[in-house]
Amino acid sequence: MITLEHYLFLGAIIFTLGVLGIFLNKKNLIIILMSIELILLSVNINFIAFSAYMNDISGQIFAMLTLTVAAAEAAIGLAILVVFFRNLGSIEVNKINKLKG
Amino acid sequence: MFLYSLTFYLFSTIAVLSALMVISARNPVHSVLFLIFSFVNAAGLFVLLGAEFLAMILIVVYVGAVAVLFLFVVMMLDINFVKLREGFLQYLPFGALLGLVLVIELGILYLTDTSSNFNNSQILLEPKINETENTKMIGQLLYTKYFYLFQICGIILLVAMIGSITLTLRDKGGVKKQNIDNQNTLDASKAIEKKKVKLGEGIK
Repeated sequence: MITLEHYLFLGAIIFTLGVLGIFLNKKNLIIILMSIELILLSVNINFIAFSAYMNDISGQIFAMLTLTVAAAEAAIGLAILVVFFRNLGSIEVNKINKLKG
Repeated sequence: MFLYSLTFYLFSTIAVLSALMVISARNPVHSVLFLIFSFVNAAGLFVLLGAEFLAMILIVVYVGAVAVLFLFVVMMLDINFVKLREGFLQYLPFGALLGLVLVIELGILYLTDTSSNFNNSQILLEPKINETENTKMIGQLLYTKYFYLFQICGIILLVAMIGSITLTLRDKGGVKKQNIDNQNTLDASKAIEKKKVKLGEGIK
């Protein structure tokens, strides 16, 4: 029998993997963006699991909102990355200090 | 019910393993492909939960658009990825410790809130598959109760689109363009010059 806790635990594991990815690949901006996608996926799993187990469709609508935000975030993030690479020739995160003033 | 459990464990195991590969693969192209794989498995889980519409949206939006965008960027930029992986092992113990702490904290939350925080009777023992189609139910709610949210989603996407275009657009010099303002303000006396041409001489 698969209960709500199973899905929540799956979401927790994927969330942790996403956070871990940000820590481990401190230099590679692309992997960091992908880790953020993983984190948002885990949020979606939680939303939909609650929606199914509580028989309330609203959760799926908020999952759609999360999906929209994730897509927008990926587009903007990659655009910033491309501009950054064009100006500096590298995507190392610790080299991003032009805004420091 | 056995088949349901089996499918859940299959999809969730593959999703977790490919998520692990996303953060540990050497080649970022492989990372992107594992990300796609992870999302496909998550879509399978959504189908198990009775959310077919979102499963299809996930495949269309992520596998079709976002992952391909990632692939384009990874392949387009000439990046030395070996250099970027320096320090991976250095951060590994700290990162693993942090991850462990996070998992334990989330586990503690699950263990404690079963009786205290929210009303347990509302939570069903298994996902309820409704008579009405999932897409129809989402539509009925999305275009009535959550209509403003739907429109805000549209505005977010518009802003993201304009933002990414303006960020990456660059004006290259040396491109000839039509300048309508110049064309309209041009005077006929400046544009045309009349000359008398003598026979057999031509214009120099």
